[in-house]
Amino acid sequence: MSGPSIQVERLVFAYPDGRQALFGVDFTVEPGERVALLGPNGAGKTTVVLHLNGILGSVTGGTGSGRIRIGGTDLHREHLAEIRRKVGLVFQDPDDQLFMPTVRDDVAFGPANLGLRGSELDDRVFEALSEVGMQDHADIAPHHLSFGQRRRVAVATVLAMRPEVLVLDEPSSNLDPASRRELADILSGLDVTLLMITHDLPYALQLCERSLLIDDGRIVADGKTRDLLADPDLLSAHRLELPYGFDPLSVSGPER
Amino acid sequence: MTASAGDGLLVAVDSRIHRLPAQVKIVALFLFVLAVVATPAAVVWAFALYAVLLVGCVVLAKLPPATVMRRMAVETPFIVFALLLPFVATGPQIEVLGLSVSESGVFGAWNVLAKGTLGVVAAIVLSATTAPRELLAGLERLRLPSTLIAILSFMVRYLSVVSDDLHRMRIARESRGYTGGRAGHLKAVAAGVGALFVRSFERGERVHLAMQARGYTGRMPQLTHSGATRNQWLEGLAISLTAFAIAVAARVVGL
Repeated sequence: MSGPSIQVERLVFAYPDGRQALFGVDFTVEPGERVALLGPNGAGKTTVVLHLNGILGSVTGGTGSGRIRIGGTDLHREHLAEIRRKVGLVFQDPDDQLFMPTVRDDVAFGPANLGLRGSELDDRVFEALSEVGMQDHADIAPHHLSFGQRRRVAVATVLAMRPEVLVLDEPSSNLDPASRRELADILSGLDVTLLMITHDLPYALQLCERSLLIDDGRIVADGKTRDLLADPDLLSAHRLELPYGFDPLSVSGPER
Repeated sequence: MTASAGDGLLVAVDSRIHRLPAQVKIVALFLFVLAVVATPAAVVWAFALYAVLLVGCVVLAKLPPATVMRRMAVETPFIVFALLLPFVATGPQIEVLGLSVSESGVFGAWNVLAKGTLGVVAAIVLSATTAPRELLAGLERLRLPSTLIAILSFMVRYLSVVSDDLHRMRIARESRGYTGGRAGHLKAVAAGVGALFVRSFERGERVHLAMQARGYTGRMPQLTHSGATRNQWLEGLAISLTAFAIAVAARVVGL
């Protein structure tokens, strides 16, 4: 039961209103890889990610076609619970992700759905919160936390399910520089396969050796993050821009 | 206890009453109110005893009296109604402070005031000693349907998010030079409520996605871990049972 962590073949999808979002997406992510998913707004990044655990797509009765395998398991209706455990999805707005009255309840929600109870559940919650350095905030209500702390708890809610693949939608958006760096420290210390949507190109370079560039529902580039970012023609053709003064060839990345 | 966040109406001190499990307090409140309501209005001494019991509770819970008084303001509409009663009710008239008022109206007003105030104070004691989350856990323990619990817990969680939304919309309106008096404000708020509903609805959809992504299958996991012990039930219900005894005595003895 091994194989690539994520394997997507010929993924096609149109929203119910008829707008075609994906025109045949193919890519593979090997275990332990860290991959950034880049692309302009409306390119289909989030749509791809929502397919990975069967929220969108034909599995749950939607439209579209294509094949997705997660860690060797086919995305199929009977494996849905298994797939959702394997793929941990962190949404962009932590207020959408944290819906329980306290941090502890929220982190416990996923593992409790997996059938954990009692002290086993408590241990899992503590472990996940410790991984993001939030173990002292378990009894606080999510709206009493700062935005950066909420984002970290959102990561913990997913880590508590012990996913094989961690998928993050714009993890650095709306964070102040210190929270952004703290999150990077946490993410780079985790031992999981990582797929990360981002507009923050230096963040992609810092955390992910490989990048996929998606535009108009197709993968238009797949390669080393540094090579992609060092190609100004490619970037400008797909409405991506490096921050002022940033030179991707002059900073160190995860490859070392 | 788990009162690190100054949440809702909770007054975060540690007391015997704070430590009681929420389900015990909910049942105690319900029984107490039932006893109060079942007491005939004419038996004044019974109400005095109820009041003594409640004051005892407030002291035991270490609640600041000023806070309790301030929160009693929610009763104001009922007080206004009660004060109107003697003047609008019909029947035999009596003289009170030089005013001719309806006798049944005076009794009606006393009835509303006494029972209302006792109920409100009892509810204040419950809300000031129990965090919203524990309240939910207590209701769950009492077998309230899990769908209702889920709706309530989302309300607890998202009330502040929605009110922040509303606040931001008002600031956005005012920073673009919106004035337009009281009526104009009401109109803008009405329009804003529509937008707020759409926003909240969309957020609801996103939350549902996030729940599905973490394996939600239609059943919320239980919030509570442990039940209440026999002693905790006895301790919590002591006041309610006393109130019940008073109510029965008042019925039997009459005036």
